[in-house]
This record gives sequence, C-alpha cells and structure tokens, in this order.
Amino acid sequence: MIPENLRYMESHEWVRQEDDIATIGITDYAQSEIQDIVFVELPDVGTQLTHKTEFGVIESVKAAFDLYSPVSGEVIEVNESLLDEPEQVNESPYDDGWFLKIKMTDPSELGALFDANQYQAHIEAEHA
Amino acid sequence: MKRTPLYEIHKSLNAKFTEFGGWEMPLQYSSIVKEHLAVRATAGLFDLSHMGEIDVCGEGANALVQKLCTNDVSRLTDGQVLYTLLCNETGGIVDDILVYRHTDNDYTLVVNAANIEKDVAWIKKQNDTGAEITDDSDDTTLIALQGPQSIDILNPFVSKLDVSEISFFRFVVGEVAGIPTAISRTGYTGEIGFELYVKATNSEDLWNPLFDAVIESGGLPVGLGARDTLRLEAGLRLYGMDMDDSTTPFEAGLSRFVKLDKGDFIGKDVLLAQKEKGDLKRKLVGFQMLDRAVARCGYEVYQEGNLIGKVTSGAPSPSLKCNIGFASITQNTKKTIEIDIRGKLHPAKIVKVPFI
Repeated sequence: MIPENLRYMESHEWVRQEDDIATIGITDYAQSEIQDIVFVELPDVGTQLTHKTEFGVIESVKAAFDLYSPVSGEVIEVNESLLDEPEQVNESPYDDGWFLKIKMTDPSELGALFDANQYQAHIEAEHA
Repeated sequence: MKRTPLYEIHKSLNAKFTEFGGWEMPLQYSSIVKEHLAVRATAGLFDLSHMGEIDVCGEGANALVQKLCTNDVSRLTDGQVLYTLLCNETGGIVDDILVYRHTDNDYTLVVNAANIEKDVAWIKKQNDTGAEITDDSDDTTLIALQGPQSIDILNPFVSKLDVSEISFFRFVVGEVAGIPTAISRTGYTGEIGFELYVKATNSEDLWNPLFDAVIESGGLPVGLGARDTLRLEAGLRLYGMDMDDSTTPFEAGLSRFVKLDKGDFIGKDVLLAQKEKGDLKRKLVGFQMLDRAVARCGYEVYQEGNLIGKVTSGAPSPSLKCNIGFASITQNTKKTIEIDIRGKLHPAKIVKVPFI
C-alpha cells in the first residue's frame, strides 16, 4: 500500500511534511526493487540540499543507487541508526528507515511531486 | 539476448533478470543475501546453461589442448578435471576454463559464456593437429548444485553410485533422475558441490526434481547475484573483471595454474620472461574495507596519495558482513590502501584470499 499522506518523486523517494519540516526516505517499492541494503551514505546535519539533486547513496549487495532530494533546505537531522542497521530501510521504509529531516526553504516545491495515486501509476508504468 | 532452456521456469519463480555476457539470466529469485547464505548453510541450485562447452576430440586433441593451456593437461587421467588458462601469444588471458578429460583424445572445454565465440575461433585458429572441434554450448545444459547438503540431496537421484566418492575435480558419466548426466565435483562457490551437464532437451527433467529436493532441504534457487558474492568470498576470479586479454596469469595471481616446465604452449615465452624478470607491473590482491563503504569494480586505489591501481571486483560479503574485493595494483609492500568512493578516500587493508 502506498501511504496517502506522503508526496513522491519519480526516483522513488517519499517526503512527509510537518509545517516547514520534511522527512524523507525511499518507498516500499524502491526497497523491494533494490533489496539487501547494506549501506546508506547521508549528508551531515547543516548541509544545504536542492530540490531534485543528489544528496546521498544507497548500496545494496549488487549496486549503488543515488538518492535525490524532493525539496530544498537544510538538513536538521539524520537517521544515524541506519549506519549500523541499514536493513531498516528494507524492513520499515516509511517509518524506522527514514533518512533525513530537512527544514524547507520553499514548501511549494512539494506541489511538483506525485501524490499517492500518481506515484502508483508511475510504478505500474515502470514495472510494465 | 539469449535465454537458457530453463528461462520459463525462472520466470515462474519470479526471478529478477539481468544481462550477462549476452544472456538474459536470473539475477536473484528472493534476495542475494538469502541465496548466498543458503548455499553456505544448506544448498543452492543454479542454472549455468549460459556457460560454453567445446568438445575437442580426435587424434590431435591431446596435443592441441596441451598447446592451448597454461596448466599441464598431460597430468590428467580419464574422468579428471583441470582448471587452466588459455593465453594468447603475449601471455594475456584469452579465457579461464575447465578441461574435462574423457579419454586421451576426447576433451570438453567449459568456457565463460561471454567468450564462447572468441574461444571457438581461437581454438580453431590454433588447430594444427587435425583435432575435431565442436561447439556443444547450445545443446548442453549446466545445472550446479552447491552447498554442504549437496551430497545428501543428489544421492537419492543417482543409482549404482555414491556421489561422495567422486573426488574434487573428478567427474563421472552416469544418470541423475534417470537422465544421462556428467556429474562433476566442481563449482564456483567454495562449497562442496556438483556441476551437472545434460542435454538441453533434458533441462527441465533434471531441474524440477532437484529443485524440489533443494527446497525440501531448506535450500534455494540461486541467481548470478549470489554466484558473484559466493565466488568472491572464495577468492575465485571472474573473467572480464579480474582478468582479461591484457592480463597475464601472474598479474592475476594465478601462477599455480601455469606450468612452465610442461613443454611448449601459447604464451610461454612471455610468461617465462615475466617470471624470470620477477617485477610485475601490477598484481591482483584481495582487500577488505575498514569502514562501511562499498568499493566496486573500476574505483581507483591510492596509497600515500599515489594512484596505484583499480578495483576489479568489489561487493559486500554476506558471510563476513564486511565489504571485500579484488584490486589490481602496482607492487608494494604496505598493507594499507585507500579507495576513492564517490570522491572520498576510504581506508582498506590488503588481506589473504580466499576471504573465507
């Protein structure tokens, strides 16, 4: 099931908005495609991120995958527990497996992202 | 892309596919880590029908095979298997292969999938002894059963033979599940196991009963993803990554498969000179990352600020729970290296192979 209350990127990151704070991670579909996540490389707190640009890397046994920021803003918190337990991304992609919290500079960027229905259509098209 | 005779079965098992050497092969069925650990703990079943089988037979077969191989084929007895390299005139590795000796004038060369056409052309070009060369690849299916339970899984399907009596690197032509099969005690995982060669028309009749038995024992079908991590942990090189036409066996760390005292073979002069000179421009080493970063093929290797080589294979090791790999580097004595991973240098140490 794709959570209704999140926004999504084409590249399978999700974002949860609480006021001007955005929490981001990757979707259940993405984790099931990537599988066997062994390492997540994330930016430090204080890093400025830009809408739709790379901010980190996720490594599976097989390959490395770039991560893209759904919004612009400053990293205010990083999920440090992923360093020792990256498998949380596989096990709990929408909760324990979150990556970053970002203080958004332009929350209107969220409007350019998919809603749950659009994301569902996107992965169906990608899988077809 | 080419497909093996078992493609529909893989599809029905919901395999994810990948392109490898021109073939559409199962990458994984469940998870690379689960499949990897299944082979280490119980058993795994692999479709390796993409591999090539080239028969060399007739009166000139012995002389031709001996001339092509760096290892000494004359030491083989009937029913024995030999790992060897085929080298070109400059000592570069054309392929790494297994030689199966049926009789003194009947051999099967099992070659890498991506190299089948190249090897057939090379062997034909070198054939000045009148040997008969047949590419049997399309008519042959190779199914590997690997893991500590392999013997117990295979034995019920084999009559008149206890497969535990087949020694490492020997093979027996018999029947498995009533199907004529060459049962070979070989593999690419570092585990006890067998490689089973049958006619392509018998593919499903061999796979299906073995699959059921593997599942019943707690094992899994295994794709190329785990095949790669298994071989890497076992310290086994992969052609096209850890060696190629411009790498000599010495540079690939495969000197024990070069018998310079066996008589003439292609590439011998260059290899002899390289050995006598003793200063290899590069050599293959195993490394282990000292942090959580994963080094992959092609990443640059540094030591004290100097670029000294490149990673040729790299992956997380599911058994060791750390990241390992091979690197081809200029010779050095220090055990610490750094690997450039996305612009940052990460520490690694040179370690002995096999890794497990």
